[in-house]
Amino acid sequence: MTAYLIRRSLQALVTVFLVTIFAFLLLHLLPGGAVRGLAGPKATPLQVKLLAHEMGLDQPLPVQYIKWLGNVLQGDFGYDYTNSQSVGSEIAGTLGQSAYIVGLSLVLAIVISIPVGLLQAVRRNTFLDHTMTVVSFVLWGVPTFLIAFLLQDLFEDQLRWIAPNNEIASFHDAFSSPASILLPVATLTLTTFASYSRYVRSAVLDELTQEYVRTAIAKGASRRRMLYGHVLRNAMIPMITLIGLSLPTLVGGAVIIENVFNIDGIGMLTTSAALQNNFGVTLAATLIAGALTVIGSLIADLSYAALDPRVRLD
Amino acid sequence: MTATLEDDVLPPEPTAVELGLDSAEKPRSMFRRGWEVFAENRLALVSLIFLVVFCLFCYLGPVFYHGDAFVSNLDAVDLPPGAGHPLGTDPNGEDVLAQFMHGGQISVNVGVLSGLISAVIGTLYGAVAGYLGGWVDALMMRAMDAMLSIPLIFLLIYLGMVYGHSTTLMVLVIGFTGWFSITRLIRGEAMSIKVRDYVAAARMMGGRGPRVIWKHILPNSIGTTVVNTTFSIAGAIFYLSTLSFIGLGLQAPNVDLGAILNTGTEYVDQGYWWLIYPAAVAIILVILAFNVIGDALRDAFETRLQKR
Repeated sequence: MTAYLIRRSLQALVTVFLVTIFAFLLLHLLPGGAVRGLAGPKATPLQVKLLAHEMGLDQPLPVQYIKWLGNVLQGDFGYDYTNSQSVGSEIAGTLGQSAYIVGLSLVLAIVISIPVGLLQAVRRNTFLDHTMTVVSFVLWGVPTFLIAFLLQDLFEDQLRWIAPNNEIASFHDAFSSPASILLPVATLTLTTFASYSRYVRSAVLDELTQEYVRTAIAKGASRRRMLYGHVLRNAMIPMITLIGLSLPTLVGGAVIIENVFNIDGIGMLTTSAALQNNFGVTLAATLIAGALTVIGSLIADLSYAALDPRVRLD
Repeated sequence: MTATLEDDVLPPEPTAVELGLDSAEKPRSMFRRGWEVFAENRLALVSLIFLVVFCLFCYLGPVFYHGDAFVSNLDAVDLPPGAGHPLGTDPNGEDVLAQFMHGGQISVNVGVLSGLISAVIGTLYGAVAGYLGGWVDALMMRAMDAMLSIPLIFLLIYLGMVYGHSTTLMVLVIGFTGWFSITRLIRGEAMSIKVRDYVAAARMMGGRGPRVIWKHILPNSIGTTVVNTTFSIAGAIFYLSTLSFIGLGLQAPNVDLGAILNTGTEYVDQGYWWLIYPAAVAIILVILAFNVIGDALRDAFETRLQKR
């Protein structure tokens, strides 16, 4: 396990390193050069020069990269001249509510998709199975913003069950008013549930054809024991990988729902920064979202290895 | 259908007449066989017909229907659907049906072009990585993992902010960020194809890497490419409409269906449903249709493989 842990962590480290190179290249794609773009259109030539010096962007590219990386690793993403705040603290203030909503949706999606997928697999090719297959296919295909918008339209505007426009500006807001995050969490849960339940259904169907199922039944295991004791447990292990792989989509979905439901999370910050042509904030948010996703996948892979010894020996 | 099965199973080979085929007919190609399986999937056929009708409607519609999509008429603002304006007008008095046709064209154009770009890049990248193997493959895959781990929407928002002011650049941005899933699959195929005997034979006869990739790996993985091009077109339309919806997509007057929807949702409180639901339903159906067709194509090509 230790060898696998080290190998996989090193791999994640390389990936994060490549993400930073990628972000650095994106920085230099900016029109008018990196510094001009970062400082914003209102910056004076002196400010541009100071920023360039401060971030080391007035030196040869490899040196620049190392200095920039050093700053980034210390959480210094530069200064946002548009909002007169450091980019790092701006982003830090948004992570709590975003993580809370994404995490809650993830847990709900897992909790709902397992029984639904299991039921579909056990009752395969029945009316229930076909209905759920269609439902999850549609939920999987429809863009998140449309699901968010339709839920908002139905529950806030038509039925008026939920008061509209509850701005969520902090983690405290998100945590203390469950009603206001009901629809955002429901949206993310629905889109995530769609892909998970499709997976659970096919994984359980696969496991049901395995020989150990026949052995268990031959030994006199009850149907219940066969299903929950053997099939479900084996089908669930690879799901951890699926969860790791779906993290970027989930975080991406957060961008959409934050916009639709007026939540001041990292997605909303990114969008509003992009609308103001605020390159520094957008790039830093992109970099952080990427790095957090790599860490999430790493955790998923390590727990997979902890649960399934075969992975470690590969 | 039965003819196809017997075709492969029965020795000695039945004559064309026994199979009920015209003797002049050529052996069926893999695309022909694939089509036969595809055509049995009713939902996929309906989706295909829907897409054809949708495209005819959007591309040929403006020939027959002359509404002012981008000319405001302040005497006719916010009209509900009725005579003269089958889908009503927007708050500028512009005709919604004409906008819808134009938006549909933009969505399909950008979707198809970006999807094709993604397919080409993803296929080549995957074929080269899979064929070369070793540390080059490892490096190429790690680089891809890095790009893949950045949530696509962040990347699109960033690139869209830098380049998003023209349709051409938007096509390139979406095309250049949508190729990752194809790459994985083609790489897998390339790895299995390169160890086959015919590749060894081709190499022994002096065929070098580019020739093996071009003549053997790419033709043999064409099924995967076609299937995933369909999915990447769906993905491109999905992401374009998402970007437009949050106001970071294309600029007027080149608005896609997502941008029409974005405008519509600003007036949701006034109950102007005609600004919202036609575009919303069109986006949902077009994306679902491409996904259904992709699923059916995958079944078609996989069945072909099983029948060999």
